[in-house]
Amino acid sequence: MTMVFEHFNFAVVIVLMMTGLFAVFASHNMIKKLVGLSVFQTSVFLLYISLSKVTGGRPPVLSKKELHGYGDSYAKAGDGADAAYKTVEKTAEIIYSNPLPHVLILTAIVVGVATLAIGLALVVRTREEYGSIEEDEIDAYNYQDNLEGVSR
Amino acid sequence: MDLLSLFPEWVLVHGPAAIVVLPLMFGALVALSPSEKLSWATTWIVTGLSGLMSLGLLLQVISHGPIGYAMGGWKPPLGIAYSVDALNAPILLLISVVAFICTIYALPSVVAEVGPKKRSTFYAVFLLSFAGLMGMVATADAFNVFVFLEISSISTYALVAMGSSRDRRALPSSFNYLIMGSIGATFFVIGIGFLYMQTGTLNMMDMARVLQDIGPGDRVVQLAFAFIVIGLGLKLAMFPLHTWLPTAYAYAPSFFTAFLAATATKAALYLLMRFTFTVFDPSWDFISTALMVIIAGLGTIGMLAASLQAIFQSDIRRVLAFSSVAQVGYILLGIGMATTLGLTAGYLHILNHAVMKGALFLAVGAFWYRFGITKVSDMRGLGKTMPWTMAGFTIAGLSLIGVPGTVGFVSKLALVQAAAENGWWWAIGVIVVSSVLAIVYVGRMIEQAYFQPVPKINDRYIKRNEAPLMMLIPLWTLALASVAFGINSHWPMSLAQGAAQVLNDGPILLIRETMPAIPAIPSTGGH
Repeated sequence: MTMVFEHFNFAVVIVLMMTGLFAVFASHNMIKKLVGLSVFQTSVFLLYISLSKVTGGRPPVLSKKELHGYGDSYAKAGDGADAAYKTVEKTAEIIYSNPLPHVLILTAIVVGVATLAIGLALVVRTREEYGSIEEDEIDAYNYQDNLEGVSR
Repeated sequence: MDLLSLFPEWVLVHGPAAIVVLPLMFGALVALSPSEKLSWATTWIVTGLSGLMSLGLLLQVISHGPIGYAMGGWKPPLGIAYSVDALNAPILLLISVVAFICTIYALPSVVAEVGPKKRSTFYAVFLLSFAGLMGMVATADAFNVFVFLEISSISTYALVAMGSSRDRRALPSSFNYLIMGSIGATFFVIGIGFLYMQTGTLNMMDMARVLQDIGPGDRVVQLAFAFIVIGLGLKLAMFPLHTWLPTAYAYAPSFFTAFLAATATKAALYLLMRFTFTVFDPSWDFISTALMVIIAGLGTIGMLAASLQAIFQSDIRRVLAFSSVAQVGYILLGIGMATTLGLTAGYLHILNHAVMKGALFLAVGAFWYRFGITKVSDMRGLGKTMPWTMAGFTIAGLSLIGVPGTVGFVSKLALVQAAAENGWWWAIGVIVVSSVLAIVYVGRMIEQAYFQPVPKINDRYIKRNEAPLMMLIPLWTLALASVAFGINSHWPMSLAQGAAQVLNDGPILLIRETMPAIPAIPSTGGH
């Protein structure tokens, strides 16, 4: 039990992940499937965010006060990669949390939204064509189509 | 090299990025285009340019070794790196050439199958899907792989669904693909997350270097490998995870089916090889076991089960789709052997299968275009009513069986040799049985077309009605390529050997060769 509380984030991730996967596989309603998929994807976002936390680390934001004395490199930071590397080196002694997973997850969230949008659009079109969003009923219609063939 | 000197310097320097950025940018422009002809021409030119640049990159890789590219000038371990070496350069060329050839076919085919208002966006989404595949293959950054994987997948869902103006079953099949594909991509990104947790880097070469220090005993690394294999397995239609593929191939617009069948699973197969052999180390216990038991094992089961399923399908496109699952099994068997010969054979089959399956699906699209045929039983008399199309179909079909003189024979022979060298006699048996099954399902269609009478309508025989030239040219280009490379297989064979060399060298050499920016590796430095 202590293990669950020590790794509380990961416990939550696992619960969400399994809930999502179960919802995807167990439900026959297309919308419910998409809900499950979203829950599943969200659990991964949480996994990434959890691993970005560094113990004792601060939010990875450079304040002007910390940059005191590094004015030159701060001014140049916008110029290009090299100057930015210098800034990073000079502020290396302060412990920051890792900002990279947040950026990655920002991308993954966009991907998730796009997937959900396409999925919902497909549900709308399916409803228009079949008059149903239950997969059993759609399968029954498809079986009929397979037998009779679809005219051009 | 003479041909290489024809390419301007910037292609060889910026090529790895340009082949991805060009279609991505033009994808956005094409979506705004008012005329479908203009969209089509732009798509055609962009895929052609990407093909030329990929050829330049391939020649450069062959003569001068791997090309690295730091996106935006940020140096590799921190920034996003692109790298083209002997393993991915042929795949890049394959994807772009197939896209170029299929786009010729698209002009008549899309007019027939996609509603008039959707055609410009159709080409735009196709370019996005193409850019996604190129990006997946060209990048050397693990998270970037995920992003491009999703770019190509999401656009593929949309394109498969566009088949709904011809057959409404495209919609549920696209939805099914979306669910399976998203789960696959999410599994892949979980794997990458675990790897990042342990290595603290996303660059593949840097990852490989750190993984060498961590070693095979780490449970998180083992878990990461499992997630990545399952995620990619869903994308490449590894046997029990293939259920999305037959319906998606069957109901997508025929031009896109040909492109999808020839390239999409191949890009995922490339990633499987890249991760298993050069990021992880195939000499590690859990990986060599997984290669033999899971990858080769499921590959062989897939070869038999999917071939059997193909025999009992009534829809031509579903026959070919199940055959695709079986052919992926051949490739997985080659990869699973993990020997030089096995990898060469598997890689060769990636290239060869793309050529023949592309030709087959193009021919099937032409049958539908002229006669609305999708069922095997409706193919009666096609040898007389569409002689040229059917001849192209037959050549590619024979290649699928593995008749001597075609590419199918070359790669199956290479696979048999590799299995014999390994002492895997059961694998040879499976290859033979699966080829016999292929004779049955291809033979069934050829028998209908050539040995059954032309059907009558109102007591008159159906007249000869050949597919338009713009469909015949791409079909015959691929069909002839499958014969030409079957008779003289020197060039694809040398490409496959080069790729197998990269895989065989494993992670260490990759780091030393392509990443001069990273300091020498402690464990292997000072040779």
